[in-house]
Amino acid sequence: MEPLESILARLRAALPQVEVHLEPNPAVPEQASLVVARDHALAVARWLRDDPALQLDYCSNVTGVDWPEMLLKEKVKVRRVVDGVEREVEETVERRRPGHLEAVYHLYSMTRRHGPLILRQRTANRAEDTHLASLTPVWRSAEFQEREAYDLFGILFTGHPDLRRILMWDEFQDFPMRKDYVEPDDYEYEPTPHDAVLTKTQRHYPAGGAP
Amino acid sequence: MDEGLRSELSKQGVFTTTLQELSNWSRRNSMWPLNFGLACCAIEMIAASMARFDIARFGAEVFRPSPRQADLMIVAGTVTKKMAPLVVRLYNQMPEPKYVIAMGACAISGGPFKQGYNVLKGIDRYLPVDIHIPGCPPRPEALLHGLIELQKKIAAQPLTGEERPRHLRTDAPGEFPVPAYGPYDLQPPHNPDLWRPPVVVRGQPA
Repeated sequence: MEPLESILARLRAALPQVEVHLEPNPAVPEQASLVVARDHALAVARWLRDDPALQLDYCSNVTGVDWPEMLLKEKVKVRRVVDGVEREVEETVERRRPGHLEAVYHLYSMTRRHGPLILRQRTANRAEDTHLASLTPVWRSAEFQEREAYDLFGILFTGHPDLRRILMWDEFQDFPMRKDYVEPDDYEYEPTPHDAVLTKTQRHYPAGGAP
Repeated sequence: MDEGLRSELSKQGVFTTTLQELSNWSRRNSMWPLNFGLACCAIEMIAASMARFDIARFGAEVFRPSPRQADLMIVAGTVTKKMAPLVVRLYNQMPEPKYVIAMGACAISGGPFKQGYNVLKGIDRYLPVDIHIPGCPPRPEALLHGLIELQKKIAAQPLTGEERPRHLRTDAPGEFPVPAYGPYDLQPPHNPDLWRPPVVVRGQPA
């Protein structure tokens, strides 16, 4: 498949009004991805599917990611006067990144036999504005997986034909894969607890009996 | 009738028995399991029913696709909280006398998923389990062993008195309450008549 930078350049030339940028991945696989604004996601998806050089006709995977609000530490080079001499100093800057939810699509081409291209959409926040554009009209295989992302993360896909819970029961009210999910307090004793289970044991079964 | 006379009579071609023995013998030697599986344990259950392990040797090969015709429920696999009410409802639809085998770590206790938010921590919270078969998954031999243990249990059941089986007791519940889907968990999270959380007191730290 052609490099992501050139895909992005062609995409911007074809659809000049869309907000899309390239998100590098600092981890070992170095799989960079395209992050597209939710209002333009459908147009971008159609272009990726229909572009003759790409023909990404198969969406193999849709998943959700929960990013809680976090402090990011970044090293920035700043010009500053030190001891009367202006020089470049490296400084650590803390940046507060607001929490958001993310939907990740892995796209392949059956016709061209290439892929994956990773497409992401991000919500405005994690609380009330968790809407994203559904890509089910473009790739039918996204239907159940978007339902799963809705079920577990609470991402609301606008334009989805049948957005219901798929794994949890319909009466369930929370979103279990979110980082701040609190599970029902039904811990039971385990003979060899460790890590998170150990703290639960100590809370439920205090040493020397119940307080 | 004492055993010596009985043995002597059988040598002469006179077969004697009691109603209790006859009833237990016929019940235990033709168990019809309910044909359903929940996870990978079901694969072992299927293997046990095929030619190599051949559960037919013990009279339990007639897997019924309807609970109305089955008298043994093999809970083979992970019981999720979404599935649990359906399993209890299937059990309620089975005619008495009926038995439950909890097959594998998940059906016994939730197994590797015990601390998860979506898995029932053992089917014994809602159903009276007769035999627990540990393993992850148990081999077909283990299922056969569990079946033989259940047969021994049935053979030892008296038809009268305090120890008589549930289907002969008028005070025993014929149906078990089906849990409802709550906003966060099943309601109730367990059947308090059947199961209560174990009382565990940790010792003082050394």
